[in-house]
Amino acid sequence: MFSTLKGRDIISINELTPAEINSIVKLALELKKKPQPNLLAGKVMGSCFFEPSTRTRLSFETAMQRLGGKVVGFADAGVTSAKKGETLYDSIKIVGQYVDVVAMRHPLEGAARRAAEATDKPVINGGDGANQHPTQTLLDLMSIKETQGKLNNLSIAMMGDLKYGRTVHSLAQALTHFNARLYFIAPPSLAMPEYLLTELREKGIKFSVHESFENIIPKLDVLYMTRIQGERFPDQMEYNRVKDVYRLTVADLKNAKKNLRILHPLPRVNEIDYAVDKTPHAYYFEQAENGLYARQALLALVLNAI
Amino acid sequence: MIQQTGTLLVSAIKNGTVIDHAKAGSALKILSILGVENHDNVVTIGMHLPSKTSGKKDIIKLANWEITPSKANLTAIFSPSAVINIIKDFKVVKKYQVELSEIISGLVVCPNPKCITNNESMDSLFHTQKNKQGVSLKCHYCERTFKQEDIKEYHRA
Repeated sequence: MFSTLKGRDIISINELTPAEINSIVKLALELKKKPQPNLLAGKVMGSCFFEPSTRTRLSFETAMQRLGGKVVGFADAGVTSAKKGETLYDSIKIVGQYVDVVAMRHPLEGAARRAAEATDKPVINGGDGANQHPTQTLLDLMSIKETQGKLNNLSIAMMGDLKYGRTVHSLAQALTHFNARLYFIAPPSLAMPEYLLTELREKGIKFSVHESFENIIPKLDVLYMTRIQGERFPDQMEYNRVKDVYRLTVADLKNAKKNLRILHPLPRVNEIDYAVDKTPHAYYFEQAENGLYARQALLALVLNAI
Repeated sequence: MIQQTGTLLVSAIKNGTVIDHAKAGSALKILSILGVENHDNVVTIGMHLPSKTSGKKDIIKLANWEITPSKANLTAIFSPSAVINIIKDFKVVKKYQVELSEIISGLVVCPNPKCITNNESMDSLFHTQKNKQGVSLKCHYCERTFKQEDIKEYHRA
């Protein structure tokens, strides 16, 4: 199928072409409809999580097993030789000799790219600090395609913590390929970083910046919400000031378009009222499920099984 | 650089390298990047000297030390306008403008403390970009982009 992904490291969403993104999303949707339980039989994935993660790690591991592959690995750097002072480079070089593909998460930024230099086996980045998390973006795009029937020419708002949230940065960058109209809703202290806005301007993407969401909702196809991440705040007082600034309720969706879907990378705290879960607009739990298929598609493509 | 009285503000050298037309205020950074403290030759610098073309400039004279073009080009991170003069017997035998390399390896310390390059024994690697504001450097690993004034530390060249 799409041979350019064969053997490739998937480190940053910016390295994928629109055609490659489309091929991953297409295969993910196919695998959701029609499971392929023997596609990766005989293959082994190294699941190297140097930092705790539940959704990403479990969905990578389940993805591999649902395709008939096997998984070895660790869920905490404390059990590895990193504790004895081994470099990441050496650790991954060794793991690469045992497995066919490495899925990894690491607290340091750039760790996945460094790991990719240590082994010829494909390395898939499951998050490197505040830098990149490409499989999250792929499952976000898959959810958008699934609910809207297309990726092109959609009106998409991102709301909440747009400063520290890496998912919204990567998604905004990926959407530059698909001519989206973007709305950024955030308090000024959590606004989208200027370098990203410059990048969007250079690529001719239409966007606007807002502090409140009430007037925006009726225009949207997708509302992408994020949690205000307390742990990223240098100043606790500032956190207390903005933590409850957005709280989406059923009443806010009164004038929403029928096709509006609400996405959220999860976990949520209180930014989406639980009553919203029952509306047809809520799609965040299906989105999390899609992580399984997006990661299956990526594993199948880098291992050239399709 | 001649004062109105006819004396040089920064004395002439017989042999070596003169880095002229460096951006005003960049001399100390350039010295740091060249690892001048490891040499025992005479080094003279002038900062904020009057310049016909740019108003103010810095100048560095390295006696008995002919720097290689690859080393000279490192100064372009801070001063893309710098001109290198190689001096032999008080005469300029070679003169060229520095060129910004597309890639700078193992020299600049990434200002992001959470970058893998600051936590593992390895070379840093930056992709340079020239724009209206000056030079920016994008870390190959943590993917962050820095302006030249964000760069505070170097591994010695």
